[in-house]
Amino acid sequence: MWLKNIAFIALATVVLASIANWLLSPPKVEAVDDPHVVVSDDFQATQEAVDAQFHEVWKARDLEPAPQADDLTIARRISLGLTGSIPSLEEIRLLENRPEEDRLAWWVNHLLEDRRYGDYMAERLSRAYVGTENGPFLIFRKRRFVTWLSDQLMSNRPYNELTQDLIAESGLWTDHPAVNFITATVDQDGTKEPDVARLAGRVTRAFLATRIDCVQCHDDNLGGDLKQTDFHELASFFSEAQNSFVGIMDQEGKSYEYKYLHAEEETTVPAQVPFNQHLLAESGGTLRDRLAGWVTHPENKPFARALVNRVWAVMTGRPLVEPVDNIPLNGSFESGNYPAGLDPLVDDFIAHNFDLKRLIRLIAATEAFQRDSRAEHQITAQHEQAWASYPVTRLRPEQIIGSINQASSLSTLNADSHVLTKLVTFGETNEFLKRYGDAGEDEFSMDGGTIPQRLLMMNGNLVSERTKQNFVRNAATRISQLSPDNKTGIETAFLCVLTRRPTEHELEHFVHRLESDEVKSNRTQDFEDIYWALMNCTEFAWNH
Amino acid sequence: MKRFQHLLGPEGCGSLGHFSRRTLLGAGAGLAWLTPLSQLLAASSEEKSSSGRPKSVIVLWMQGGPSQLETWDPHPGKMIGGDTKAIDTSVQGLQIADTMPRTAEVMHEMSLLRCVTSKEGDHERATYNMQTGYRPDPTLIHPSIGAILCHELSAEGVEIPRHVSIFPSAFPSRGGFLGNQYDAFKMYDPTGPLPDLPKRVPEDRFQARLGDLDILESSFAQGRRFDLEKNKTLHRKTVDRATTMMTSDQIDAFNIDGVPTEIKEQFGDTPFGRGCLCATQLIETGVRCVQVTLNGWDTHANNHELQSARAGDLDAALSATIKHLKERDRLEDTIVLCGGEFGRTPKINPAAGRDHWPHGFSVALAGGGIRKGVVLGETDPEGEKITPETKHAVRVEDIHATIHHALGINIDKDYQTPIGRPMAICQGTAISEIIADA
Repeated sequence: MWLKNIAFIALATVVLASIANWLLSPPKVEAVDDPHVVVSDDFQATQEAVDAQFHEVWKARDLEPAPQADDLTIARRISLGLTGSIPSLEEIRLLENRPEEDRLAWWVNHLLEDRRYGDYMAERLSRAYVGTENGPFLIFRKRRFVTWLSDQLMSNRPYNELTQDLIAESGLWTDHPAVNFITATVDQDGTKEPDVARLAGRVTRAFLATRIDCVQCHDDNLGGDLKQTDFHELASFFSEAQNSFVGIMDQEGKSYEYKYLHAEEETTVPAQVPFNQHLLAESGGTLRDRLAGWVTHPENKPFARALVNRVWAVMTGRPLVEPVDNIPLNGSFESGNYPAGLDPLVDDFIAHNFDLKRLIRLIAATEAFQRDSRAEHQITAQHEQAWASYPVTRLRPEQIIGSINQASSLSTLNADSHVLTKLVTFGETNEFLKRYGDAGEDEFSMDGGTIPQRLLMMNGNLVSERTKQNFVRNAATRISQLSPDNKTGIETAFLCVLTRRPTEHELEHFVHRLESDEVKSNRTQDFEDIYWALMNCTEFAWNH
Repeated sequence: MKRFQHLLGPEGCGSLGHFSRRTLLGAGAGLAWLTPLSQLLAASSEEKSSSGRPKSVIVLWMQGGPSQLETWDPHPGKMIGGDTKAIDTSVQGLQIADTMPRTAEVMHEMSLLRCVTSKEGDHERATYNMQTGYRPDPTLIHPSIGAILCHELSAEGVEIPRHVSIFPSAFPSRGGFLGNQYDAFKMYDPTGPLPDLPKRVPEDRFQARLGDLDILESSFAQGRRFDLEKNKTLHRKTVDRATTMMTSDQIDAFNIDGVPTEIKEQFGDTPFGRGCLCATQLIETGVRCVQVTLNGWDTHANNHELQSARAGDLDAALSATIKHLKERDRLEDTIVLCGGEFGRTPKINPAAGRDHWPHGFSVALAGGGIRKGVVLGETDPEGEKITPETKHAVRVEDIHATIHHALGINIDKDYQTPIGRPMAICQGTAISEIIADA
């Protein structure tokens, strides 16, 4: 019998050791193929032009820039910006096995090919297009809309074409998901027709980074020259759009009547654009087709600026021009005096047929994106303001939940994950967002965290569930049981949660914690506690 | 030109007001629901003179824009008045809408501004305007009344957030350039415990966790902006405040489960009523500003029915709030403000609704430093706009100046904003007609 027991124990040990080896050793690296990245000369030229503009600013303001951040820190930023979560341990191992010279470019490409990119970027962009509300029942299919958007992003459809669909597509909200941009504004209590005023506001904010909502009711009395007529003439482009049993269609010739402030009676409002009138086609297609053509015209630069500013903000947490959807058309902007980086990126975006993935690669390659948020010399708010150091920005709620889930798994949570994992994650995410507070459309505000958010992280269900003893699901338990020694265990936990290795001081502290008996706990609980601390620190909750 | 329609007839001081606080505290069953801590604080505060106690504000926020015509400023029998009738109040000659009979009984405790004007007709912008006294400015965010109050008064002895928003609106009160630590703490229906307060592990493990956290925080701070925590993340501070709150007895003030049913009923069995009752408890515990939101005033259609329903909720809760503060000797230390973004159009639209009207609407005020029973301004019988030249328009910033004055805050003081621009606490002028000591 004892022989049997010994044999069983030996077998179990071998199995456990193999699992440990499989989980904690660097995953096998895929065959190192040729770098995916094709860096053309003009890619380099644009990157240099952007860098040169930032250097000019730093010099003019007498700011010594922070050094370049280490690869893992930059990889974390890219991952948060493109997928909404931190890299997995599995991905960190892959990354570190790449040659240093193409490591980050490879990483960007790797993520741009991952479905998480499409889904996450679609979610972020859709906030600008249709807001965060659920919209009118049945005729607004948010999920279909976001999935469609994700498909477009994955296939890297030129952004101007994608936008044209959003503005001008017709058909059913299920078969032609782009029309949900229109159906999101259908008013259930009133006309049951698309809301032309809301559409005018959305189009200008989302696609032109121009706010003209305030002239909806009266002329601009804050010094601008926009008139109430400008708003409604733009809204008039949507007057033909109507909602019917075959979806969104255009009824040619249907006019828009509006009673202006101080006017005696309603007048028919012609369709006209508020600026760059010469870019509007005089005829051809529906009113919406003409508007889409004008919005996305290569010479209508506000269009490209809006997207560049927004993508920069999604990737870094802070736009180049704040607020993200309000880039002035006048003042210094009129004479071409833009903030550093904006103009070369806009020109490149237009010159390369509105190639979004190229824009993302470019942003990730810039010096401003790769600066550290710390330095030997003193970093000030002015450094951050001028991108001489990477700005520390608060993670959005969906990035927090994405990161909690990823940190609690050693392997990558993506489209290939088990369906049960995906289902649980989906449910938990919704519940967490409800409690943590969704950032809504105001997603680039610079607010710090709140007490309820801290309480949720310290005592809430999710962190507790994702860190407690659970060998199947939770990385903390696996690391506690499978790491060959304390040092490796601590290092693995740091990589999983903070995407970095511990400092000597931290290592010493946490190893001592594991080895001392000051607090009554077992090893699994110790790792649960360490995970709790890692998930509750500033470093986890902020991009840096 | 009538600056005042009325100066208060009755003294506005009910017999209950003459009881001492200690007498009231000892009064037995009716007050037994006060938490021991509240009693302690209340008893201790009695040692100081009434004027020496820090003041508080309760903002009853009417989200959506209440109609002045269905509440404070009815025009019965006129085209613009719609179906609303007027009733007499405890102030001689003053009538308000019949939708608010209980409030009519306590009007002698309040002052009414019927001539408020603003330049903001959009919900978000007008909310910002009303809550900060400033119009939106893309370059900075101004602090709300509660944030300024918390910034100006010491936090001694208060272990829970001092700025609270119950049923926060889509545009909650913020600390703005004073910092996020002055943002309102958001909570919902004050029944049951606040979520996420109990610790998940025993005390020794929890303390060890906090020790781990300290190590990580020091690492993160190294080499980064020296003012990162103070001026940006506030992370450690928020952890500290959350930890303090977890162990405080004062959290009982967030809950009204122990309050006798008859008292709850006075406030009305509605979420808003419960919120107002909770607000009085929070104020007694040392919270400096509580905003309670009553949603549903944006009546572009079916105005009369919807406004009347909301006014019913408001009526019970507002009148009970005033009475309770008075009974507990808190009204003289607490300013109660009741208002929304703007008023609603005199003209009733084809959908039987009223639209946004920032050109002449009403705000009610009561409590410490505010005169009682004063009605200031009047609206035109035909509902024409109030302009600075006519009807003695009161600007939104003047209301802020009045409140700050009543709270004893120096409105001439300038704050230094993060972008280096000095910013006055308030741009307006205190409305001398409704200031008690003017």
